Amino acid sequence: MTDAIARFADTLRAAASAGTPLRIRGGGTKDFYGRAPAGQVLDTRAYSGIVDYDPTELYVTVRAGTPLAELENALSAQGQWLAFEPPHFAAGGTVGGAIASGLAGPRRQAAGGVRDFVLGVRILDGRGDDLFFGGQVMKNVAGYDVSRLMAGAMGTLGLILEATLKVLPRPAAEATLRLEMPEARALEMLNQWGGKPLPVSASAWRGGELGIRLSGAVAAVKSAREKIGGDEVGASQAASFWTGVRDHADPFFAGDEPLWRISVPSTAPALGLQGEQLVEWGGALRWLRTRADARSVREAAAKAGGHATLFRGGDRSASVFHPLSAPLAKIHRELKAQFDPAGILNRGRMYPEF
Amino acid sequence: MNMRMNDTAFLKKADMVARLLEKLPRASVLFEPEDLRPWECDGLAAYRMVPGVVALPADEDEVRHVLQVARALKVPVVARGAGTGLSGGAYPLADGVLLSLAKMKKILSVDPASRTARVQPGVRNLAISEAAAPYGLYYAPDPSSQIACTIGGNVAENAGGVHCLKYGLTVNNVLRVRGFTIEGEPLEFGSEALDAPGFDLLALVTGSEGMLAVTTEVTVKLVPKPELARVIMASFADLEKAGDAVAAVIAAGIIPAGLEMMDQPATRAVEEFVHAGYDLDAAAILLCESDGTPEEVEEEIGRMTEVLNRAGATAIRVSESEAERLKFWSGRKAAFPAVGRISPDYYCMDGTIPRKRLGEVLQFIGEMEKKYGLRCPNVFHAGDGNLHPLILFDGNDPGELHRTEQFASEVLQKCIEVGGTITGEHGVGIEKINEMCVQFSPEELETFRRVKRAFDPEELLNPGKNIPTLHRCAEFGRMHVKRGQVPHPELPRF
Ligand SMILES: Cc1cc2nc3c(=O)[nH]c(=O)nc-3n(C[C@H](O)[C@H](O)[C@H](O)COP(=O)(O)OP(=O)(O)OC[C@H]3O[C@@H](n4cnc5c(N)ncnc54)[C@H](O)[C@@H]3O)c2cc1C
Repeated sequence: MTDAIARFADTLRAAASAGTPLRIRGGGTKDFYGRAPAGQVLDTRAYSGIVDYDPTELYVTVRAGTPLAELENALSAQGQWLAFEPPHFAAGGTVGGAIASGLAGPRRQAAGGVRDFVLGVRILDGRGDDLFFGGQVMKNVAGYDVSRLMAGAMGTLGLILEATLKVLPRPAAEATLRLEMPEARALEMLNQWGGKPLPVSASAWRGGELGIRLSGAVAAVKSAREKIGGDEVGASQAASFWTGVRDHADPFFAGDEPLWRISVPSTAPALGLQGEQLVEWGGALRWLRTRADARSVREAAAKAGGHATLFRGGDRSASVFHPLSAPLAKIHRELKAQFDPAGILNRGRMYPEF
Repeated sequence: MNMRMNDTAFLKKADMVARLLEKLPRASVLFEPEDLRPWECDGLAAYRMVPGVVALPADEDEVRHVLQVARALKVPVVARGAGTGLSGGAYPLADGVLLSLAKMKKILSVDPASRTARVQPGVRNLAISEAAAPYGLYYAPDPSSQIACTIGGNVAENAGGVHCLKYGLTVNNVLRVRGFTIEGEPLEFGSEALDAPGFDLLALVTGSEGMLAVTTEVTVKLVPKPELARVIMASFADLEKAGDAVAAVIAAGIIPAGLEMMDQPATRAVEEFVHAGYDLDAAAILLCESDGTPEEVEEEIGRMTEVLNRAGATAIRVSESEAERLKFWSGRKAAFPAVGRISPDYYCMDGTIPRKRLGEVLQFIGEMEKKYGLRCPNVFHAGDGNLHPLILFDGNDPGELHRTEQFASEVLQKCIEVGGTITGEHGVGIEKINEMCVQFSPEELETFRRVKRAFDPEELLNPGKNIPTLHRCAEFGRMHVKRGQVPHPELPRF
């Protein structure tokens, strides 16, 4: 396994001196995401396996090339899981890809995002230097938080070799409820429930139907079910519904209209954009299928206090992620230049200028 | 410390004051020695330095002005909240400006619908929860210093509290930070949505000890107050058993709302001070809290009691009322001041270790007590593995302070050796800068310096804190310990 790291480091050093762009890739399940990938493929799957897992310490240290499903099975055997519910989209995705893309699933609204579960990383920076940040403990403020910086950086700042993730016990009980209501009412109710001590762990509204998932202690789920009302959905149907939302296998995601991911404050009123919508995360995430032009989508998102990503389809040579303000863009360029001076790591995958 | 300045320094200070006064009112710029004295240290009171100038801006425009003047004159700036920091993060510089955010203490909005509050940096941690209380909401991270410390300081240190195991640290509870880099440009890290485009600069700025940007506004998440909370106080006859009980609770799939440990010297010191009703015969006590709906709490308290009994608890008491719950916690929350009463001075340490190494580390601390002839009660965020040994000493005896620092340094290095870290929540500041050389390799330290340069190429924001120079590491002369592996494991240890 250390051989694999030595080979990665050699590849990085050679690419840095020749100026060859590298495209870091695990299972390729997120090839569709971000600006179109380019460069010589560096396959992370050569470095795979769980390094250290101690259920009573609530962490797992895992190599980036490990299949996500393999990790999830190992955790599941101990009654634990990755509470941010990472999407798979397809079979074969790796842990490194899940972290680098920074994407969390339906449970994000209750549990937190990928970055909230990253305790430490081992990376190779653009110079091929082997670096550790963070660690295997819950609380750690020594130095800057470079570990969390890797979550969602799309591999542009370093090749993630290993990550230590916080893991949690699975809840004792779950139930899914189905209610009928229009969008505005759903947004209002979601925000109302959010302000109460109810164990809502996911929500999805589309076409006048609202699905609510409750997770927690048996007693808490039972009493919340009474407070929220609606019809209870059978367990297996509920499981496939939430997996469908998580992995975009739900019928809403079929078709070839561009898919936008619009992240806004949960209380933002209905965006009023043309197209079909699926609302998640208690109102804070709005998926939109539309042929509307990018500018109007971005403007509506910004006006609501959020941002819009062209998630799937559309023109991937233009900007996919929401443009940054000038001072933020400058810090991004500086950080990129510091971590990857030759600009070889996933060049242009996030923003055209780096 | 020689307080007389040479002529150029004097002229520079006069120039600085004059330029600050172009925008700030007279009362907001302090430069007379008697006005500066109260600002000479933070909670790490063994280190003192009278700042060159203190500026107290009242709004963002004034903050920007201070930063622009400092940058133009190449004068370093140290931000300061309430000065409760324990690692010297807000330790001033004699030739610098101490930028106090104390005047910016408005709660700008509390929005019950989105469950957020937007506050200025000088707002006290507890004031946020007080403002949110009428809506049944609160701000979860609750450092023991919460009546005094500011949200700006919490963001800078990524502060934690006794409820962080379940509810997370500052970094998990802040949505957006507005601030200024040394260039005086306003920036927003994060957003009022659950994420923001680009790199997670919000995470990078959280815990950055005021070295990347000055925070001028924070949007925090508020969470609904649980209907009920109850706490178990469990006694143990030895520390090892108490440590194992902590692991057993987690292994049972329970994440308590709080899980804290205190050893006997700590409970005895505290009991005299606050009468929390602790079991003084126990070698250690655990406080284990459950919150949620009444049904949920009952179910969980039952499971916790069972696990703790099985793990060898010698006595168990469960709080029967909110007043009793607060009483049990009062001792833990007052642990530092209580210890302060039994000793002329105390030194509060802050390391995190994997919980399973607790017994070994506590034993090591016991050995250090003998080696240095100093007492050391322990309080411990057990659920998170975050230790707070409190070394008792007498600052009037210069030898004792020196021995205390050596004691502390050995314990921190032990934390690294067992796979932990030199600071869980109090930060590095000036206090633990040497131990950074042990925890990180030269290349890792260089990466930190690169991060710093990306924000502040001239190194004017809080220079000399947190990240040691390689030169300093060479002087400290301790080797980097690689991930819990001791250098030369083949050699006997002594
Ligand atoms: C009795 C006691 C108990 C404590 N208990 C805990 C605890 O349980 N958990 C915990 O985490 N900590 C604890 N602390 C430590 C301390 O209270 C925290 O670190 C707190 O976050 C510091 O806040 P402050 O406002 O006092 O910041 P200060 O001490 O003034 O400053 C701390 C750091 O933040 C920077 N800073 C402050 N404001 C800003 C700003 N607006 N912009 C940029 N940088 C800024 C400063 O430069 C400095 O580096 C305790 C301290 C004491 C004295």
